[in-house]
Amino acid sequence: MDQNRERRNLPPLNLHVPEPRFRPGDTVDFSGLDIEAAGTTRRPDETASPADMRDMAYGLVRVLDDEHRAVGPWDPRLDGETLLKMLRAMALTRAFDERMFRAQRQGKTSFYMKCTGEEAVSVAAAFALHHDDMCFPSYRQQGLLIARDWSLVDMMNQIYSNRADRLQGKQLPIMYSSKEASFFSISGNLATQCPQAVGWAMASAAKGDTRIAAFWCGEGSTAEGDFHSACTFASVYRAPVILNVVNNQWAISSFSGFAGAEATTFAARAVGYGIAGLRIDGNDPLAVYAATKWASDRARANAGPTLIEHFTYRVEGHSTSDDPSQYRSVMESDEWPLGDPIKRLKRHLIGLGLWDAERHAAMDLELAEYVKNCAKESERNGVLGHGLHQPLDTLFEGVFEHMPWHLREQRDQMFAEWEASKK
Amino acid sequence: MNMVQAINSAMDVMMERDPDVVVLGEDVGYFGGVFRATAGLQQKYGKTRVFDTPITECGIIGVAVGMGAYGLRPVPEIQFADYIYPALDQLVSEAARLRYRSAGEFTAPITVRSPFGGGIFGGQTHSQSPEGIFTHVSGIKTVIPSTPYDAKGLLIAAIEDNDPVIFFEPKRIYNGPFDGHYDRPSKNWAGNADAQVLEGYYRIDLGKARTVREGEVLTILCYGAMVHVVSSTVAEMGIDADIIDLRTLVPIDIEAVEASVKKTGRCMIVHEATRTSGFGAELSALVQERCFYALEAPIERVTGFDTPYPHSLEWAYFPGPVRIGEAIKKILKD
Ligand SMILES: Cc1ncc(C[n+]2csc(CCOP(=O)(O)OP(=O)(O)O)c2C)c(N)n1
Repeated sequence: MDQNRERRNLPPLNLHVPEPRFRPGDTVDFSGLDIEAAGTTRRPDETASPADMRDMAYGLVRVLDDEHRAVGPWDPRLDGETLLKMLRAMALTRAFDERMFRAQRQGKTSFYMKCTGEEAVSVAAAFALHHDDMCFPSYRQQGLLIARDWSLVDMMNQIYSNRADRLQGKQLPIMYSSKEASFFSISGNLATQCPQAVGWAMASAAKGDTRIAAFWCGEGSTAEGDFHSACTFASVYRAPVILNVVNNQWAISSFSGFAGAEATTFAARAVGYGIAGLRIDGNDPLAVYAATKWASDRARANAGPTLIEHFTYRVEGHSTSDDPSQYRSVMESDEWPLGDPIKRLKRHLIGLGLWDAERHAAMDLELAEYVKNCAKESERNGVLGHGLHQPLDTLFEGVFEHMPWHLREQRDQMFAEWEASKK
Repeated sequence: MNMVQAINSAMDVMMERDPDVVVLGEDVGYFGGVFRATAGLQQKYGKTRVFDTPITECGIIGVAVGMGAYGLRPVPEIQFADYIYPALDQLVSEAARLRYRSAGEFTAPITVRSPFGGGIFGGQTHSQSPEGIFTHVSGIKTVIPSTPYDAKGLLIAAIEDNDPVIFFEPKRIYNGPFDGHYDRPSKNWAGNADAQVLEGYYRIDLGKARTVREGEVLTILCYGAMVHVVSSTVAEMGIDADIIDLRTLVPIDIEAVEASVKKTGRCMIVHEATRTSGFGAELSALVQERCFYALEAPIERVTGFDTPYPHSLEWAYFPGPVRIGEAIKKILKD
């Protein structure tokens, strides 16, 4: 009674539901975004205590400045040859995306997802890791495979679910798997790869190995319980793992605010777990390289895990099934203040005198041609829709190591029904 | 050995034989597990092979899947089967599908141990029998022992198996073969022939049922603690029943089931789990499809009721001698 009377004078409670700043038709103005100048963020020692680097979770590691020069303590001082290779792998990733997106529109496959604008996040990271460090990617890190020189034809075979598909047409397009490239089988269920990567890293440590693991998940996926489990395990066992959060601002139609971005940064999640956290410019290939190298050195020195937030932007639709103009302003990607990772590295290399616009244009043509030829080669193995490419019994293979009686029986019944229907 | 000791011995044997076997879970390390199933293992094999984990079932299984992908053979424990649900996504979407979705590139050779079943006044969250959730998932094997001897042999086979195995341990019979008479003094395993457990390595192949008792008038399909309740009820009533302990639910030993029902013409299914969509429904369908012309009476199911597991009314819920006895009378009447 008394309490009820007291409460009468209080304002009604108010539920806050986040809303992105710009919707379709809105004029985009990112000037309010707090972006530090390149080179201003300090670089702690690789073995620094997480408690001594909390500021890093709120800063923004950037190497390439507005004039595309490499500046500051995070400049990895890479040689020209490596930089050119990195540029090429990013451009190849984009060319691959273009071609496969078109293939989907042409009906050659059911589904595709581009990583446009996010090429640095995977390609530059791959350059900083050892080739046998285990990657647990999401569906948007095709750049890892490409940077590891994995066969494009093999990737396309998977996308087309054709007769050369090593995954026997069992997986949705782009859910690659390559043990040989230390690229873990992609799952459709978000964030499940996070604790798995930590477990892999724990196993490596328990065995006295020197290999480390890394996972990539979108900022939207950090809201899943698996992300929390992964951070807890990584922290508790000081696992040699890199936790990459690719903050591309969008999770399908939901802006990052629905994963908690209005209140804090994703790198700051690390603070609560006692993990080293770095927030970096994900469109700056040199920053991605430097941060990944820092984190891998830290892991290999048994100094523990690192959470890296890659601040970037998802330039294209979520997938071939998505139309982003339904929920965000089309101006956003052009206005994005951190620019385009390929153009930035290109201009950096031109500035160093190692590259020029003509060579770049020629490279783009050459890569497009190369991807086209790979596609032709892959398409000779068939595309989706051209019938059933795999022997029918592969449907039942691989559920278990040895096929149990009930699957054998179901397989035989399927064959019998097909036979009977022909009569 | 009692069943806990047999389970402990299986892990000991496998850790000794295979340096890739690791044990992880809540309280399994220093303390040796809330049921003592992992007692002494950390002391013997060290903290990097037997370790306590944070309280996150999705983390425990997720990490085990990653360790399996590395090449280890993890044996994670979920403290009670009632708490396996936070790990369902990792079990159903990941462990079960990994071999299939990667066409064999990556596998999840993990054995998830978990105490399950009621009869201990565990109430809603220390009594459940969720096996039907897992038998419904392609890519997972489900194993449930009913004796110390079987528990060790089956657990060794499960750990050696290259596919994910859910290993449910009926905690009511950890210490003795419970006959369902909650009002009588409980027995322990001492002196029981099924508790004569060999010290070293032996295995019982998965997918093979055990004939507990041979009989002519009725087949009873059961597993876990129910094997003992059924056996003692049948003995008390003097029924010449064929009792089959399934031991592995997936893949099930269909030959044993078929042979028995075709011989007796009657089939009864007993499990603690709730009735609707429980594993008994699958058993009933299999028997109906394969033994239709041999059946002389409708298939009878004695199961837990379709309610959450109660506390005070446990013995009304539990498929004990009364409920099983009445069902036997009914099925033999036709
Ligand atoms: C467990 C789960 N829930 C929902 C989905 C459907 N889904 C697929 S992608 C996606 C958005 C993920 O966004 P984010 O993590 O930010 O990654 P991004 O797509 O931006 O790279 C959703 C909701 C899913 N695949 N898995």
